[in-house]
Amino acid sequence: MTRNVIQEIEEEIKNNQVMLYMKGTPAQPQCGFSYTVVQILNQIGKPYASVNILADEAKRQAIKEFSSWPTIPQLYIGGEFVGGCDIAREMHESGELAELITKAVGETV
Amino acid sequence: MRIQTSIEQKVAAAFAPLHVDVINESRQHRGPADAETHFKLVIVSPQFAAQSRIARHREVNQLLADELQAGVHALSLQLYTPEEWEQRGGVIPRTPPCMGGSRHAS
Repeated sequence: MTRNVIQEIEEEIKNNQVMLYMKGTPAQPQCGFSYTVVQILNQIGKPYASVNILADEAKRQAIKEFSSWPTIPQLYIGGEFVGGCDIAREMHESGELAELITKAVGETV
Repeated sequence: MRIQTSIEQKVAAAFAPLHVDVINESRQHRGPADAETHFKLVIVSPQFAAQSRIARHREVNQLLADELQAGVHALSLQLYTPEEWEQRGGVIPRTPPCMGGSRHAS
């Protein structure tokens, strides 16, 4: 059977209220931008899932098309694309990110 | 034309920026001395006022699609209206250090 990567992505962002596509893993990030987003999410302290796109070339390309966004990391909250490192950082500084995550995570509990 | 020059020209033409900084950070990523792979852009323009953060980023990504295709693979964007820029006191967040991920996978 042919793999449907877009469908995999849709399921991942549907099943995980906070979903991060990154280079490396939260324990071992392999890019400073990904690492920054991991630090922010850890600080907020709510559960999140992640995919290491360095270990999945098909998904690495697919995620860029899926969101029409050319770079990694990519953060999805409550099934919606939020942005990359710069946007996550700005929203964290203003407190919006914690608010958005709390709301999204709360909705599923 | 160098990618740096082309980015500078495109940004100046598209956003009529009050302030613009195109910073080549490629040397922090162990590339050759003339590498043009990692850039940070600071753009201050009144045109951003009506746009969400994501819309601003999308517009710049779109504008620089050719450059992203041609080998720019990190593009850090700090996009502000003049008011936001003033509130920040003109301070730009530091770019996080490279952790080597692109070296074995690009």
